[in-house]
Amino acid sequence: MSPTGSAAEPLLAARGLRKAFGDQVVLDGLDLEVGRGECVVLIGGSGSGKSTLLRCLNLLETVDDGQILLAGEDVSDPRVDADAVRARVGIVFQAFNLFPHLSVLDNITLAPVRVHRRPRRAAEQQAREMLARVGLADKASARPDELSGGQQQRAAIARALVNDPVLLLLDEVTSALDPELVWEVLSLLRDLRTDGMTMVLATHEMSFARSVADRVCFLSGGRVLEQGPPAQLFDAPREPRTREFLSRLHLDRPEASRPPEG
Amino acid sequence: MTAGAAGSGDWQPSALQRQRLAYRRRRSNRSVGIALVSSVLIVVALVIGITATPGWPRVQETFFSPARAWSALPAVATGLWLNIRVMLVCGVLILVVGLTLAVLRTLRGPVFFPVRVAVAAYTDLFRGLPLLLVLFLLGFGVPALRLRGVPSDPLVWGGAALVLTYSAYVAEVFRAGIESVHPSQRAAARSLGLSYAQSMRFVVLPQAVRRVVPPLLNDLVSLQKDSGLIAVLGVVDAIRSAQIETATDFNFTPYVVAGLLFVVLTIPLTRLTDWVARRQGWYGGAGTGVG
Repeated sequence: MSPTGSAAEPLLAARGLRKAFGDQVVLDGLDLEVGRGECVVLIGGSGSGKSTLLRCLNLLETVDDGQILLAGEDVSDPRVDADAVRARVGIVFQAFNLFPHLSVLDNITLAPVRVHRRPRRAAEQQAREMLARVGLADKASARPDELSGGQQQRAAIARALVNDPVLLLLDEVTSALDPELVWEVLSLLRDLRTDGMTMVLATHEMSFARSVADRVCFLSGGRVLEQGPPAQLFDAPREPRTREFLSRLHLDRPEASRPPEG
Repeated sequence: MTAGAAGSGDWQPSALQRQRLAYRRRRSNRSVGIALVSSVLIVVALVIGITATPGWPRVQETFFSPARAWSALPAVATGLWLNIRVMLVCGVLILVVGLTLAVLRTLRGPVFFPVRVAVAAYTDLFRGLPLLLVLFLLGFGVPALRLRGVPSDPLVWGGAALVLTYSAYVAEVFRAGIESVHPSQRAAARSLGLSYAQSMRFVVLPQAVRRVVPPLLNDLVSLQKDSGLIAVLGVVDAIRSAQIETATDFNFTPYVVAGLLFVVLTIPLTRLTDWVARRQGWYGGAGTGVG
C-alpha cells in the first residue's frame, strides 16, 4: 500500500489542486511539494486557503481537481481507502478537538486500539511515553476540560503523534491560545522538527516560522504565490502582495508579550 | 454583605453602607411577610370554599374516603407492580429501538436513502397516532386475525404498542443529541483513521447520549404514567384494579389511590432527572470542541 519512494521523490506532492465552496474558489490550481523531514510553513491572509489545503491533504475535504501524491501513491483517487491514508497523516486543529467525554489517556489510545488494533496495555504504555514527551505525564487521567488551552493542544499533538504519522499537518495550532501559552506549544513543535518529523503548518507566528521553517510558502489567490527559505521570503520578498502582507503583519506583531523561544 | 471580611481587618461599613443594608433587610422582611400572608389566605379560602360547597360531603365520601382507600390499597398496589414491570421491560426496548432508528436516520449516502425515508415515515406516523388507537389496533386487532403462533396475550400487545409509539419519540431525542455533537469532533475522529461507524460508536454517540439523558428520563416518567393505558386491553394493572374496586360501590377513591401511587413512583424519577441535569455541567456541556 505504501511504496517506499526514492530519496529524491517528495513525501508529499500536490499538483493542480482545486477546491471551491459554491462560487468561492479557495484553491485554484495549487502546487506544493514537501520532502521527507522537511518543515514547510504556510502563511497568508484569512481565506487564502491554508486550512482548506491542510484539510484536503488529510482527505477531510474532497478536492474538485488535481492530485495528491503521498509517497508516490495517488491518495486523491476515490478508490483509495481514506481511513488508511488518514491513519498515516496526522492533523492538529486550531480548536484542539479533543474528545471531551474521554480522559487524556483514552483520547490518545483511541486510534491505536480501535484503528491499529494494538493491545490496550501496549497502547497505554506508548501513550504515557508520548504524554511524557509533550510534558503532560501527570495529566493522563484528567479530562480535557480540566486542562489549560496549551495543555489541551499538547495533548492533541500527542494524540496525532501516537499514530506514528509519516506527515504531520498543523492548522494554526496556537491561534486559540493565550499569548503566554503559545510558547509551550511552539517549543514542542521545535523539538519535533529537530527529531526529523515532516510537518506542514499554517501559522501566524512569523518569528516562529522564521526560526523553524525549511521553506515558507505564501498563499494568495488559491495558489502558492511565492516560496523560499525564511530568510529570503521574509527579508527579500519578490512579489508585491507578499510584501504587502508582511508589512501589514509587522505593524501589530504580538511578539512583545511572548517569552523568548528556545 | 457582612462586616469583618478577610483582608483589611479593621474595616467597618460606612454609614452609607449601613443604610443600604438596613434598607435591603426591610425590603426582604416585607416580601417574606407578604408571601406568607397571601399563601395562608389563599389556602384558607380554597379549603373553606371547597368544603362549604353543598355537595362536598358526597365528594369527600366518593373520592377521598380513608377507609375505602385502605381497603383498595392491596389490589391497586398489586396492579402497580405490573405497571412497574411493563415500564422497565418497555423502557429498555424503547431505548434500544429508538437509538437504532436515530442512527439509521443519520446515515449518509444515497445507498441509505430508502432506510432514511422508512425511518422518517415511521417516526412521523407513530408520533402522530394517538397511543390509545395503537393500543386498540394491536391489542384487539392482531389477536383477532387468529394467526397461529402469534401471542394473544393483551399484555404483550399493550407493551408492543408502548414500544412502537415511544420509540418514535425517543428516536427523535437521540437524533437531536447526535446532531448536537459538533462536526469538528467527527473530523477529529476521522482524521485519526477511525471509520464512520467507529467515529459514531466511540466519539459521537457517547457525547450525544450524555446530552440527552435529561429529556430521555422525561420520556421515561411519561412512559410510567402511560403504562396505565394498557388497562383498556383488560390487563389488570393499577388502573384496572381501581376500576374493579370501584365497580362494586361506585366509590372513586381507588382511582385516587392509583393516581397517588403513580405520583409517588414518578417523584424519584423526576428528582433523578434533575440530578442528572445538574451533573451535566461536570461533563463539560458542549465540550472542548469550541471551533
